Amino acid sequence: MGRYVIRRLLQMIPVFAGATLLIFLMVNVMGDPIAGLCGERECDPATAAQLRKEFGLDKPVWQQYLTYMGNVFTGDFGTAFNGQPVTELMADAFPVTIRLTLVAILFEVVIGIGLGVVTGLRRGRPVDTGVLLVTLVVIAVPTFVTGLLLQLLLGVEWGWIRPSVSSEAPLGELIVPGLVLAAVSLAYVTRLTRTSIAENRRADYVRTAIAKGLPRRRVMTHHLLRNSLIPVVTFIGADIGALMGGAIVTERIFNIHGVGYQLYQGILRQNTQTVVGFVTVLVLVFLLVNLLVDLLYAVLDPRIRYA
Amino acid sequence: MPEAQYDDGRAIAPTGGGGAMDLATAEGETLEKAPAAPPGPGPAGRPRSLWSDAWHDLRRNPVFVIASLVILFLVAISIWPQLIASGNPLDCDLAKAQQGSQPGHPFGFDGQGCDVYTRTVYGARTSVTVGVCATLGVALLGSVLGGLAGFFGRAPDALLSRLTDVFFAIPVVLGGLVLLSVVTSNTVWPVIGFMVLLGWPQISRIARGSVISVKQNDYVQAARALGASSARLLLRHVMPNAVAPVIVVATIALGTYISLEATLSYLGVGLRPPTVSWGIDISAASPYIRNAPHMLLWPAGALAVTVLAFIMLGDAVRDALDPKLR
Amino acid sequence: MRGAAHVTRAACAVAVVLAAGACGGGGAPAGGPDGIVSSSWGDPQNPLEPANTNEVQGGKVLDMIFRGLKRYDPKTGEAEDMLAERIDTTDSVNFTVAVKSGWTFSNGEPVTAKSFVDAWNYGAHLKNNQRNAYFFGYIEGYDQVHPASGQPTAQTMSGLKVTGERTFTVKLTQKFSTWPETLGYAAFAPLPSSFFSDHDAWLARPVGNGPYAVDSYTRGSQMSLRRWDGYPGDDKARNGGVDLKVYTDSNTAYTDLTAGNLDLVDDVPASQLRNVEADLGGRYINTPAGIIQTLAFPYYDPDWNKPGQEKVRRGLSMAINRQQITDRIFQRTRTPAKDWTSPVLGPDGGFDAALCGDSCAYDPAGARKLIAEGGGIPGGQVKITYNADSGSHKEWVDAVCNSINNALGNDRACVGNPVGTFADYRNQITQSKMSGPFRAGWQMDYPLIQNFLQPLYYTNASSNDGKWSNKDFDRLVDQANAEADPAKAIETFKQAEGVVRDQMAAIPLWYQNGSAGYSERISNVSLNQFSVPVYEEINVG
Repeated sequence: MGRYVIRRLLQMIPVFAGATLLIFLMVNVMGDPIAGLCGERECDPATAAQLRKEFGLDKPVWQQYLTYMGNVFTGDFGTAFNGQPVTELMADAFPVTIRLTLVAILFEVVIGIGLGVVTGLRRGRPVDTGVLLVTLVVIAVPTFVTGLLLQLLLGVEWGWIRPSVSSEAPLGELIVPGLVLAAVSLAYVTRLTRTSIAENRRADYVRTAIAKGLPRRRVMTHHLLRNSLIPVVTFIGADIGALMGGAIVTERIFNIHGVGYQLYQGILRQNTQTVVGFVTVLVLVFLLVNLLVDLLYAVLDPRIRYA
Repeated sequence: MPEAQYDDGRAIAPTGGGGAMDLATAEGETLEKAPAAPPGPGPAGRPRSLWSDAWHDLRRNPVFVIASLVILFLVAISIWPQLIASGNPLDCDLAKAQQGSQPGHPFGFDGQGCDVYTRTVYGARTSVTVGVCATLGVALLGSVLGGLAGFFGRAPDALLSRLTDVFFAIPVVLGGLVLLSVVTSNTVWPVIGFMVLLGWPQISRIARGSVISVKQNDYVQAARALGASSARLLLRHVMPNAVAPVIVVATIALGTYISLEATLSYLGVGLRPPTVSWGIDISAASPYIRNAPHMLLWPAGALAVTVLAFIMLGDAVRDALDPKLR
Repeated sequence: MRGAAHVTRAACAVAVVLAAGACGGGGAPAGGPDGIVSSSWGDPQNPLEPANTNEVQGGKVLDMIFRGLKRYDPKTGEAEDMLAERIDTTDSVNFTVAVKSGWTFSNGEPVTAKSFVDAWNYGAHLKNNQRNAYFFGYIEGYDQVHPASGQPTAQTMSGLKVTGERTFTVKLTQKFSTWPETLGYAAFAPLPSSFFSDHDAWLARPVGNGPYAVDSYTRGSQMSLRRWDGYPGDDKARNGGVDLKVYTDSNTAYTDLTAGNLDLVDDVPASQLRNVEADLGGRYINTPAGIIQTLAFPYYDPDWNKPGQEKVRRGLSMAINRQQITDRIFQRTRTPAKDWTSPVLGPDGGFDAALCGDSCAYDPAGARKLIAEGGGIPGGQVKITYNADSGSHKEWVDAVCNSINNALGNDRACVGNPVGTFADYRNQITQSKMSGPFRAGWQMDYPLIQNFLQPLYYTNASSNDGKWSNKDFDRLVDQANAEADPAKAIETFKQAEGVVRDQMAAIPLWYQNGSAGYSERISNVSLNQFSVPVYEEINVG
């Protein structure tokens, strides 16, 4: 186990370097950000040159990348164009997004797995068909349409919620945005759990457990659910990273000042330091969560052993 | 949005795993056990029966029949939109902006005074093109890279798996915003290219897992023992039997690519005029959701039905290919 | 639409039920003279230094926390003495400035001549990276502190001299009779010594000399400003303070206003204008501002710089149905342009509603004829380039293109060409990469006709994005600047504008109004000519 974890951690290094280099190059493709800083007029060349120097943009890309990564390891993520250290932006943005992601994951786990178990046990019945259809529709409608619709109906027409989230972003205000963010994944979790449960229900070990005369509830939780959760856990694990970085649309609709908002602003202003900084952290989260998920396998399925 | 990146198939592939062989085997094992996984071939030695069985099942599945009919209809109007729409989608009269339904214009007019019905019909072409081309590209690139990694194992596998992780780690919408914001072409190709660039890891992982599990089958071992070359093994024995999960996931992914195009347009980096697309129309109509919901309703409805049809098709195909669910 | 109060109550109830968080924003804060106004805001792009702020959002704050030598009257736009006791000149080159006594910064430090001179020297110096440094370019010695290339050779501008506790002199490099009227611009604000001694602390919580003081500032999300009771000016704040809240999408801000979570939205999105009456009743203002939108042309592209092509440009101008677009897309929050300045200047200031004449009137037949005479559209297709990341540019560009297409009877004659980000858009412009007309918006820095012409059309001027160049125009502008009599100067500027018209250097589209919606809690809301709310006059309760 220990050796496995160490090997996995070592393997993360090239992936981390590769992903950050990739995003660094991508942001660089966007071109020179300085021109956007001077409003509807040309920056005077001297100021532009000075700014380029200050943000290190006058060096070749590879050198910029190395300098940047070197700084990152000392905890310096650079400065945004408005003069604010990127770490400060992160300190503001990540707590908000983590709360939002938690709400979304909670929806996925509670509603997604719940519906999945119900439909999986009642395959082919009306409730199954109904839920299946709803999940399909949820997957088919783009998130921004769902978000705008819910905001209009719940926030404006019926006045049940605040249409936007205040800057403190308390959990209560994040319920609807969390639901919107989770909607598509939730539908997948439902379908995944359903298939998994339906299949394992006929597995030998479940039959054995029932034959042994174990109470139905115990078979359900200890045998069926535990084994059926492996693909679901994989999915949700991989989803955490995507939810955090993919909340750009949701955060924009509900005016949430989280990671998605900072990334969107950073991209619009072509602020390399902000974008690369946030993505670097997201990549780290993605890699660590993936490792945790793989370790969870062994917990959920005793047949899997990592050497 | 994460939706483009994930679907049921995603769970089949264990997340970024170790590249070394021992672990690869462990992953392969997980894969076989993972319930949602359609185990490529049926009982070893009768690879063809899987497909004919599946086809036999599919023809009797109403979901498959309906989805196929919808898709056929979409393809038809993508090729010949004039069949059902006589107008010109670029013919707009601002004086009629935002007006509702009226004779000859059943869906009303959009914010620029263009006929919503005509634009919805003509938009099908773009969406179907984006969906089909992106899926083809992703499936090809993904299965080639994933297949090679799974087949050869060891160093190539370690290398390709790490590369997959690198691309997987970049959030899709974010990548789209960055890459497409500099594009100036008004064709669909940059959008498709971006989807292929960031979408292939999804298929690659599935293809890799699938190939690993097929590789261990007796008939492959037998062919290898008989002295078949690597290329022949891969092309004649492994690929045909490992391709089923790829097809399933690709069909479902197709729907999500169409949806992703709309999201990119909403963020201002999708397709550009004079291309007519549902994504462009949906995003243009979204601020008017209160005043003129019909402008949003029709293209969004058409998009949802299309995505739905492809996902249902993929669903049906998966069920048919999975003997355990029969 | 339900009453906002009802919605607010419902929203509060839900919020209280769902979370421990208190219901903030438009909840039920105190009214009366100490009431707090909550207002929509955009995250300022650059650090909030006076000479470093070149967009409206940062400008909003500077307008609340700073007062300069001059101030533009919120209603008439006239430059009036604020901190200036007198600004004297005999030759339009040497100016003597006397600062009024009794003014202090909100930290108690008196505002002196040095506060101005130090601030201007800071703003001009290359090493401080101030985006608006060029505003000091008329002052002698600017080239030494801000050379076009290489390192600065001086720390301060030789043209600035402190001559007393509250007097200083300014020497310009050329005659500029209306120079004092430019001093209302935020870049010319005075700065306290703490700005220089502890810069980071100042940026975290700026200190100025205006009617408001910054109470707290969370960058990227909110700034709380409170009335400064010791403010010595006449324009004291009539409310307790202003909370500026950052919104990424103006639609969300508007939605929040209708839901009662926000008191003031100063940029009502075009898509909501149709329901503004139903949502807000009379609580909506739509007033002219010093903003004009034009289409500029790439004169560096040989295809677009052939003799006789002014006919094509005029033809395109006549193919645009301005009235219809401003009515339908902008719901009359913009008015069709009739010259190249702005109605806020007034006829005395150089605005002339008859200047463009037929060239700006919709005439499809005339358009087709002129374009054919001028040799047709270069390349057969007009591509209008714009940045797609902000504003409602896509909507009007599409409408302009449809109008041109309909007028010319060719549905591919014009097509919009969106560029993903503003930065990339500016890049393409500065690198002279435009291959057709492009969006050019101009918001005045100060209400002078000079500001609508010289920066935009003078050879190699800072915002002459199309690189248009015309000797007659340049000569007339030089002549006007040297003119000591303001009325004569304006006449000469108008002659120069006539050259712009004859060449159709840029197609004027429309004048942009400022628009704002507000809640029932507040009253006496107005926008100044820079489309910024006059916060200090707002009454709460």
